[in-house]
Amino acid sequence: MTMVAPAQADNQVTVASDVRAADALVKLRSVYKTYESDRGNILALENINLDIGKGEFLSLLGPSGCGKSTLLRCLAGLERISGGEVWVDGKALAGPPENLGIVFQRDMLLDWRTVLDNVLLPLEFLRRPTKPYVEPALKLLETFGLRRSADRYPWELSGGMRQRVAICRALLSDPALLLMDEPFGALDAITRDNLNIELQRIWTQTHKTILFITHSINEAILLSNRVAVMARDPGRIEEIVEVDLPWPRTLAMRETPEFIHYAARVRTIFERLGAFTG
Amino acid sequence: MTDSAVTPLNKAAPASGLHRWWQGSSRLRFLIVFTVVVIGLWEWACRASGVKSFTFPAPSLVWRELIADPMWLAQNTAYTLSAALAGFAISAALGLLLSIGIVYSRVLDRTLFTSLVASNAIPKVAIAPLFVLWIGTGIESKVLMAVLVSIFPMVVDSVVGLRSVDPGTLDLARTYRGSNLQIFWKIRFPGALPSIFAGMKVAISLALVGTIVGEFVGSNWGLGFVILQSQGQFNTPRVFAAILVLSVLGIVLYQIVDLIERRAMPWHVSHRNRHDDH
Repeated sequence: MTMVAPAQADNQVTVASDVRAADALVKLRSVYKTYESDRGNILALENINLDIGKGEFLSLLGPSGCGKSTLLRCLAGLERISGGEVWVDGKALAGPPENLGIVFQRDMLLDWRTVLDNVLLPLEFLRRPTKPYVEPALKLLETFGLRRSADRYPWELSGGMRQRVAICRALLSDPALLLMDEPFGALDAITRDNLNIELQRIWTQTHKTILFITHSINEAILLSNRVAVMARDPGRIEEIVEVDLPWPRTLAMRETPEFIHYAARVRTIFERLGAFTG
Repeated sequence: MTDSAVTPLNKAAPASGLHRWWQGSSRLRFLIVFTVVVIGLWEWACRASGVKSFTFPAPSLVWRELIADPMWLAQNTAYTLSAALAGFAISAALGLLLSIGIVYSRVLDRTLFTSLVASNAIPKVAIAPLFVLWIGTGIESKVLMAVLVSIFPMVVDSVVGLRSVDPGTLDLARTYRGSNLQIFWKIRFPGALPSIFAGMKVAISLALVGTIVGEFVGSNWGLGFVILQSQGQFNTPRVFAAILVLSVLGIVLYQIVDLIERRAMPWHVSHRNRHDDH
């Protein structure tokens, strides 16, 4: 709750970017990504420059095809960048970074594992002993109201519960950086609202650095310190909007003039880009 | 039995295991009643029409044949059973290994898998006499025949299972730096189990078919030999008795694989209704 470095830095606009660069956990410099196809190369990401501060919640917002998922996949080490530089925690990126948590739009729970065993899975891949993590895992599940479901199988859970398990799985190894690729995109509106609030609570308690992908303007504004608005053809960051709303944010805040102001501002960017007409 | 349902006193009394079993499984109840009716009709039809017993024997004659020399019949059954089981075990293990090779090696996929598909077009029954020529009339030729007939579905199903892994789960594993071996044991193999078991269910039945074909071609033992010999002696009731034993054997073997499948993957869709009961 005692956030927020980026917001404080706002007072000195000229210094702000430098401050952020110094504490940045993630730095992207002139990042390009091209795909080869039959009709020549496709430019998926063009000249991406972005810093994500330690403990910052940054959203990538944009229409489908703007490369936001590609950007996240590059950061996760799942795709190789075609040009530019990426640093995570001071190290140039080569493969999946250490200390990373990831949540996809689909929960990717393994059907044959119980909830608890699904949550422990990343530790097995990381070759860490799982026994010491059982208690923390159960505590983590408890904070998401899933303690009693620990021994159940994924098919016994609702979509919202499954995605909560996926978030627990990403959090258990206590990663510094959490990448979330439209994690609530497939959920109904009410479940989505609940999970937004739960995610905010986790973030304020743990101060994780979160890169969050969404195509919901409201979701991005509700959760983020900053919203990077992306455009397509080629995929690029069009503008970064600083969201200076007080914490903790509530669902009711979405009806306040300040919130509506931010939403309108973002929408204006999309209108300018023709995203709503195209 | 029907009375117990009416009077609550009887209902409350501790039911015997057999009684509960009868009450519990309506499917089995139906099957028993159906079988009794069919056998009854068969017996009646044979007697009423006066058809000769070497053309079509009545169930009572088949039963008499069945209990005439049970030891001899049991020995022949054991011979067929061991050949079929050995053939199945080899085809399951070898089939699984081959499918892993095919999935992981492009060369094996293009050579082995292609030639396997091509060779499946050869009617295996047609080459059975060759085996007798090559390895004699011992049990080995029956086992080999069983393997040859049953390995194809085993390989095809396992390959499909191992290939149809969700790419998203692979991304998850790669993000946490999972090794190929970890990915195989934690994701690919358990995910392929439903297909592997489907292949095994087909293979166990085909292994029995292969064994019988092997025995037809040249043998002094086994149910296939019993059928062939009895047919030569116009002892049709004994042919029927052997076929009856053979079909019971087939059902039991299939059910055993089914049971192992349920134990191995209680999480699978096809077994979930058991959990819904409570």
